[in-house]
Amino acid sequence: MLEIKNIVKQYSNHRALNDVSIHVPKGSIFGLLGPNGAGKTSLIRIINQITAPDSGEILFDGEPLKPKHIERIGYLPEERGLYKKMKIGEQMLYLAQLKGLRKSDAMRKITFWFEKLEMQSWWDKKVEDLSKGMQQKVQFVATVLHEPDLIILDEPFSGFDPVNAQIIQREILELNQKGATIIYSTHRMESVEELCDYIALINKSHKILDGSVNDIKHSYKNQTYIISYKPKAEVALQYNEDLFHVVEQTTVHDAQEMTIRTDNRTSLNELLLFLIPQIDILQVREIVPSMHEIFIDKVTQNANQTLS
Amino acid sequence: MNKIPLIIQREYFSRVKKKSFLLTTFLVPLFFIGMYVGVFYLTKKSFEDSHAVVHIIDQEGSVAPLLKSNKNLTYTNSNVELQQQIAELKEQKDNTNLLIIPEDFYTTRQVELLSAGKPNITTQNEVKDHLKEIVRSAEYLRLGLDGENIKKINDNVSIAAKELSEDGDAKESHTEVAMGIAMALSVLVYLSLFLYGAQVMRGIIEEKTSRIVEVIISSVKPFQLMMGKIIGIGLVGLTQFLLWLVLTFALTSAATTLIFDQQDLASEAMAQNKSAMPAAGGLDFLQALQSVNFTELLLCFFAFFIGGYFLYSALFAAVGSAVDSETEATQFTMPITMPLLLTYILSFGVLVNDPNGSIATWLSFIPFTSPIAMLVRVPFGVPTWQIILSLCILIAGFLCTTWVAGRIYRTGILMYGKKASFKELVKWFKYKS
Repeated sequence: MLEIKNIVKQYSNHRALNDVSIHVPKGSIFGLLGPNGAGKTSLIRIINQITAPDSGEILFDGEPLKPKHIERIGYLPEERGLYKKMKIGEQMLYLAQLKGLRKSDAMRKITFWFEKLEMQSWWDKKVEDLSKGMQQKVQFVATVLHEPDLIILDEPFSGFDPVNAQIIQREILELNQKGATIIYSTHRMESVEELCDYIALINKSHKILDGSVNDIKHSYKNQTYIISYKPKAEVALQYNEDLFHVVEQTTVHDAQEMTIRTDNRTSLNELLLFLIPQIDILQVREIVPSMHEIFIDKVTQNANQTLS
Repeated sequence: MNKIPLIIQREYFSRVKKKSFLLTTFLVPLFFIGMYVGVFYLTKKSFEDSHAVVHIIDQEGSVAPLLKSNKNLTYTNSNVELQQQIAELKEQKDNTNLLIIPEDFYTTRQVELLSAGKPNITTQNEVKDHLKEIVRSAEYLRLGLDGENIKKINDNVSIAAKELSEDGDAKESHTEVAMGIAMALSVLVYLSLFLYGAQVMRGIIEEKTSRIVEVIISSVKPFQLMMGKIIGIGLVGLTQFLLWLVLTFALTSAATTLIFDQQDLASEAMAQNKSAMPAAGGLDFLQALQSVNFTELLLCFFAFFIGGYFLYSALFAAVGSAVDSETEATQFTMPITMPLLLTYILSFGVLVNDPNGSIATWLSFIPFTSPIAMLVRVPFGVPTWQIILSLCILIAGFLCTTWVAGRIYRTGILMYGKKASFKELVKWFKYKS
């Protein structure tokens, strides 16, 4: 859907993006991650053609990004804003028409969305009379109204209560199932695992990690398992340092729990074969690092590198 | 698809539909009419209410009998002592005066006029005129001249000032009327350029602080948004002017027919003519007004207003994009509007006194000052080629400022919370788009 190639964006005293290349597959939900000030917003603005890169190229559906593509993109900026004194209905109509919809089409689609999200009574209200959450909802609808192929959401859940966040998440997934590609920019990692198929991690204007969420998580596994067990009577637990080593051992209620790390050559089967004669295994769990941990790990590692 | 019309439409209707727009549109003409009626009424009243009583203490002895009462003044001879008369005077509320004529009046020609409140100028002048007449008669007598015959001499010379037009014909010139119109135009253009320019700026600051600007410019180019806003607000301004023109005209004619009967008006106009415009030499004021080419004036007004508006509102737009609040904007609007302010002030002196002098001519070609300077000159008559040249320069000027403003604008609107300086603005201007 989107092929970002070697983008460089230089501001007067700092480089916001340094040779960033990202591939966003069609129909995916793509997480654009990174700490504050990493360059996410700069990249999003370039995709939206609000600013232009100093060098590099972006392909949209295989062709170079041009002003005509604007109508196929929906953008929800992190800093939300609507005309405070304007009525919701008129405002929606205006924004939709700016995206190239005809008035009648815009009208039909607004009605559809207002019914879907139960906002019909808001038509004649002014933005300043709505709560913050309601404004966010209005803004979300304005973003997706013209049925864009590419939807860019910058922190879409901020300001929502859990119930409304759930509704919006459902809508995002539904839009994705209907074929829209979604770029989801955030620094909240929990939602990334729930939603994203692919991610790119940007830190200090460099892309430091990208790929599918599953691949990344697998590559960050380090063969660590938690095994909870009951010791067999009169059998003392033997350790084999060639196979594994125990990182931690605790007692949980009436069971024992140990965290074991194996080296790369030992599979889980071999480990269990070794342990089964000695203990009664209740549960085995592999520790897969969360996106959150990978994120923190990569960003701090990156910071240390630049320091040294 | 070009989206500028859509933006213009929103900017226009969101303002025209506002209550404040309707209020100013209808209240301003009412206010002017109110002033007009008020001034008319007060002037009329002051003519009626100027009756005064003058007590005379004549130490010279022969002057008092020569002073004759008329409809404005009643002279009475004071019989009481000076001190007592002064004490009495203090009690009086109305226009009561005490005229003390000293013994050596004919040589010093000095008198004292005491009054209870502030001395009334009209009364003073009237008393002075009467005394002059007495002195003059006495002098005629002393020099052996025939006073009666001298009074019969008519020395009233009237000048019909005519100016040579381009084709060599002489036409009547009415400098005073031209001056009045010139100054009125200067005020009107100055105020409206400020008013609507500031509206553009405020609109942009609003879009910036409410952060909607990022949503909009993900759909349209920043330049389109800026131009849409400038044109939209400009149309609001033109609508307002047209409504004012129509309303003022309608209300003025209604007011004149309703409140004053025609005869009254005519005599009042005569009175005003004589006092306010002695040089017009008895020519009818209305006739003088008719000599002004109103079609040319209106055309020039709209052309120069629109040109000046585009020029300045583009600058205001650049300022609006660079700041986060209106208070912050002052440091930039001040230098930008300096040329305008300067011309405005000059228009009351140099420009109207010497409308074809070199200062006025130069100012009417510089695009930053021409909207006011040229309009001030137009009522005095300006060669057509000058008007056209000035307009062309003005158009070139606003193309320039919109280009510069556009470059600052597209960077400025995305800069939040950054203190802008002139150095910063230059940097923004240089950014690649």
